[in-house]
Amino acid sequence: MSAVMDTMSRQRAATGLALIVLAVAAIAFPLVFGSPVVTNYAVYALIFIAVVTAWNMFSGFSGYISLGHAVFFGSGAYAVGIAAKAWHINGIGVFALLPLAAAVGAVIAVPFGLIALRVRRHTFIVVTIAVFFIFQLMAFNLNSFTGGTIGMSAPFLPWTPTAFNDRFYYITLACAVAAVVIAVLVRRSRFGLQLRAIKDDEDRARGLGVRAMRVKLAAFVLSATITGLVGGVWFLYLTQVLPQSGFDPLFDLSLVLMAFLGGLGTISGPIIGALLIEPGQLYLTIRFTNGYLSEILLGALFLLIVIFVPRGIVPTAGEWLRRLRTRGRPAVAPVQTSTRAETRA
Amino acid sequence: MTVLLRTEGVRKAYGGVHALDTCTVEVEEGSVAGLIGPNGSGKTTLFNVITGYAKADAGHVYLADRKITNISPDKVFALGIGRTFQLTRIFASLTVLENMLVASPNGRAAARRHAMEQLDFVGIAGHHAELAGTLSYGQRKLLELAYVLVADPAVILLDEPAGGVNLSLVNHIADRIRELNAAGTTFLIVEHNMEFVMGLCDRVTVLDSGTVVASGPPGIIRTDRRVLDAYLGEDLEPAEDE
Repeated sequence: MSAVMDTMSRQRAATGLALIVLAVAAIAFPLVFGSPVVTNYAVYALIFIAVVTAWNMFSGFSGYISLGHAVFFGSGAYAVGIAAKAWHINGIGVFALLPLAAAVGAVIAVPFGLIALRVRRHTFIVVTIAVFFIFQLMAFNLNSFTGGTIGMSAPFLPWTPTAFNDRFYYITLACAVAAVVIAVLVRRSRFGLQLRAIKDDEDRARGLGVRAMRVKLAAFVLSATITGLVGGVWFLYLTQVLPQSGFDPLFDLSLVLMAFLGGLGTISGPIIGALLIEPGQLYLTIRFTNGYLSEILLGALFLLIVIFVPRGIVPTAGEWLRRLRTRGRPAVAPVQTSTRAETRA
Repeated sequence: MTVLLRTEGVRKAYGGVHALDTCTVEVEEGSVAGLIGPNGSGKTTLFNVITGYAKADAGHVYLADRKITNISPDKVFALGIGRTFQLTRIFASLTVLENMLVASPNGRAAARRHAMEQLDFVGIAGHHAELAGTLSYGQRKLLELAYVLVADPAVILLDEPAGGVNLSLVNHIADRIRELNAAGTTFLIVEHNMEFVMGLCDRVTVLDSGTVVASGPPGIIRTDRRVLDAYLGEDLEPAEDE
């Protein structure tokens, strides 16, 4: 028993130490890599860590794969742009509009979820795609509101290019850390447990008192809230939003790919997925400006993941480590029933 | 004795097939009631209608005097009816303890304590940290019974608890049911193992083609002509102790 406790204490200490090293590295990153080109990569990676973690909080935990999260991302971006224009907000005051971006994401998620979450799995995916295209068409066609095909520009931020990137690095780092902390808290809570039970067998969960619709909707709204907020940050960083960039179908496919590559439903998996895919995707887009190479490679990568690491990097690596540690012996001893007396003894 | 669970004239059809036809079943409070019948006689459909997994086309379901017809499974569970399934349905990717906590209405520490007590009661407490998907079929049956117990339901519906498990585990499950029943829990059990049913139940109801053909104490049921014709057959010997 004490050996087990010792092992657990050692694991906790190692995790704590790793987190401290990670935190120091993350804070020091712009100080070490001062180039705006590098921090640009980092900002995009952090934006996607935050968004894919929010996406995973709903889709990864519940098993309902959403291909409509760009609705919240784009709406958050447009909300900041529209509000800043309507209320004549300039300078760093625009950051006060970020809670509005989050609120817009949440408000859209309620009716969206009430409709989409009535259906299961594959049908749910189709409904999310349909809602996504409705929003994209609205962005294209509501000219007086969204600027139509011209889109919207963000208010000017009076920062030098280096300061601009560094400050957005820390803002997006805060968003990513907050999203991960919320995801950890959700996963450890009874709410998270109910989401994971829904993923395994929703009908059984309902038969054990889980109010499935309420739980799914709460997770959907929470995920949309974070996604909307990060959409607002992305808009301020990019300084513009267009219908095809705010409501981009590749955005959702990228989220799915990141989560699947790292490990769907895990905490660290989507982070690893975002860190691997987003900088790579950005590099290919910048390097090959003439079209769709990054999209083709993204599709090819998805096929490779499905074939070779269908469970994702984190679960597969965990499995390999376990096999290595147990040297082929089963990690879990075969289960035997004990009587109450035996159990107590 | 008061009737705790009652279905009254329940009908349920799937397309042109009548799974239940004016089905009336009563379960007395504090009893262990059996529900038997040939395959396709409507036993599991009746469980589904009672627990909200299927909607009745006609008729009503009552828990004590409260009408619970066609309410959702989570509300049925909250009102005090727990059930298990013929093919076990556990949450394979959660640990055994996490499976227990899904059904728990209590706070964290109290929930864990109560869940461990129930796991101890069914005999699998030693495996609380393991993934439920690694359990054997018999162990899954015990886990299913245990996580239904977490919310202390007034009535438990067991769908073939002895199906596909070895004799010693059948006896283990029967003992647990007796202990729970002695503590006041009411049971309605669907089972094909006649020895299990006749040895455990106070009253047995026989379904055939969605209709109740007989209901009474096990000693009467095993000699009932309609039951012999519809289900048990001629060659079932009366028990020696009766």
